[in-house]
Amino acid sequence: MLLSVKDLRVKYGNIEAVHGISFEVEEGEIVTLIGANGAGKTTTLMTISGLIPPAGGNIIYDGQDLLQHPAHKIVEMGISHVPEGRRIFGNLTIEENLRLAAYARTDKEQIHKDLQRVYEIFPRLGERKKQLGDTLSGGEQQMLAVGRALMTRGRLMLLDEPSMGLAPILVREIFEILREINQQGTTILLVEQNARMALKLAGRGYVLETGNIVLEGTSEELLANPNVRRAYLGG
Amino acid sequence: MSMAFFFQQLLNAVQLGSIYALIALGYTLVYGVLLLINFAHGDIFMAGAFIGYFVATFLVGHGVGWPWGFILTLLFSMAFTAMLGVGIERVAYRPLRTAPRLSVVVTALGVGLLLEHITLGALGASRRNLPPLLPETWKQPVEISILGENLNFTWLKVLIIVISLLLMIILQIIVRRTKAGMAMRAISYDKFAVPLMGVPVDRIIALTFILGSSLAAAAGVMYAVQYPVIEPYMGLLVGWQAFIAAVVGGIGDIRGAMVGGFILGFVQIFVVALGQFPALSFLSSTYRDLVAYALLLIILVVRPTGIFGVARRQKV
Repeated sequence: MLLSVKDLRVKYGNIEAVHGISFEVEEGEIVTLIGANGAGKTTTLMTISGLIPPAGGNIIYDGQDLLQHPAHKIVEMGISHVPEGRRIFGNLTIEENLRLAAYARTDKEQIHKDLQRVYEIFPRLGERKKQLGDTLSGGEQQMLAVGRALMTRGRLMLLDEPSMGLAPILVREIFEILREINQQGTTILLVEQNARMALKLAGRGYVLETGNIVLEGTSEELLANPNVRRAYLGG
Repeated sequence: MSMAFFFQQLLNAVQLGSIYALIALGYTLVYGVLLLINFAHGDIFMAGAFIGYFVATFLVGHGVGWPWGFILTLLFSMAFTAMLGVGIERVAYRPLRTAPRLSVVVTALGVGLLLEHITLGALGASRRNLPPLLPETWKQPVEISILGENLNFTWLKVLIIVISLLLMIILQIIVRRTKAGMAMRAISYDKFAVPLMGVPVDRIIALTFILGSSLAAAAGVMYAVQYPVIEPYMGLLVGWQAFIAAVVGGIGDIRGAMVGGFILGFVQIFVVALGQFPALSFLSSTYRDLVAYALLLIILVVRPTGIFGVARRQKV
């Protein structure tokens, strides 16, 4: 098991946002957490990558207890996180954004190769590499956010709402690239409100409702489930 | 106004401005990464001058003279003051990382008072002078003739300007060309996402304090050479002035701190200089700060974010 989350509880002040959820991700999988706004999806990802301390539970990654490590160490351990809203550094160029994501790495040659790989996957980033992050469109920013995650060389990529605010054609393009990235060996945990796209990409999924996992199964099962269809797939 | 007079005052303005700029950089760097106005920074400048005083006294006492006495005093003062700055950050600011911003600002004010009064208690209120680090001739006016007019300057002023510019260039290289500098810029834009890049944010913040404090120490030593008065409260007025320079330039912006420092030095020197003309005699030097700050207030009314500042996006 690459990632195993057990009885995870997260509080904001006195309010518990995640009420003891458990789920697992195997090496090589694409797993999705779907659910409405406020269900606790983003909170869960932020807790895994060490940005929020949990109120209880365990997060084990590759046999190691993640709660013992600060966020920047968790990146080094192999978890990359594409945050909600992309969070591109607008005052840095595209290339600087990508190089910053390789901060903890010292393998200069491999960094250079990975940079070229990102520019191959997203040619538009290569064309604009001296441009400031602020000048990019939403789609380009999402590409850069995924590119940064690739530059950290994670084995597990956490993606938070990559479809948000993007035109459907761009969403399809990004999801196609995510599939390729997965086929090249990166495990993916995807959080999405766009349940249909997410379940088409993922092999398995969990349905999160107000801080609880209410349903889990393969993507086919979830796509066929009448409750899921009614709540998340528009009937 | 004759050209010679103008150039002479310009040199004075650039020299005073470069001291302000060096200190203003410390305010702006720390604000960039922590959104904290480090009100103790003026006292860091004071500490830098005192540390310089002790290093210089030791060196001169052991027969180390120009130029090594001066160079080593500058470098050791920068190094020790950097340690002081990092120590303050570690002990006073880091535990408050998630506390409300007001708590941190009040803490900074407290740290400033603490530095002043520890110095006062330990060393007394008497004013001290740096032992002679430079040949006396460097402080004597030199007269040169340009276009038939006589121009007075001292080599000391030139030295202060050259060292300040050199330090600012080194800072620019660190911020623009190194990985750590890139991380500093990223933090100033969006602190939230920086750890997700694998960047140890606390270490970058410590680096910021190292840079800011060592620049303030350099300013402190050079200030003490130029205006030979070292006392526990010397950081108060100079610190405030540098803070204002940083705000006028646009706090958080490095170019802003430099430009703001030079503008403030320029305004202060020229208010006094112009007052020497009979027609402008109302500009007596008593009004220097009044006029200077009125001008700066006008700049802020026109551009509330400072010259280079941009309104910060509120992020949720």
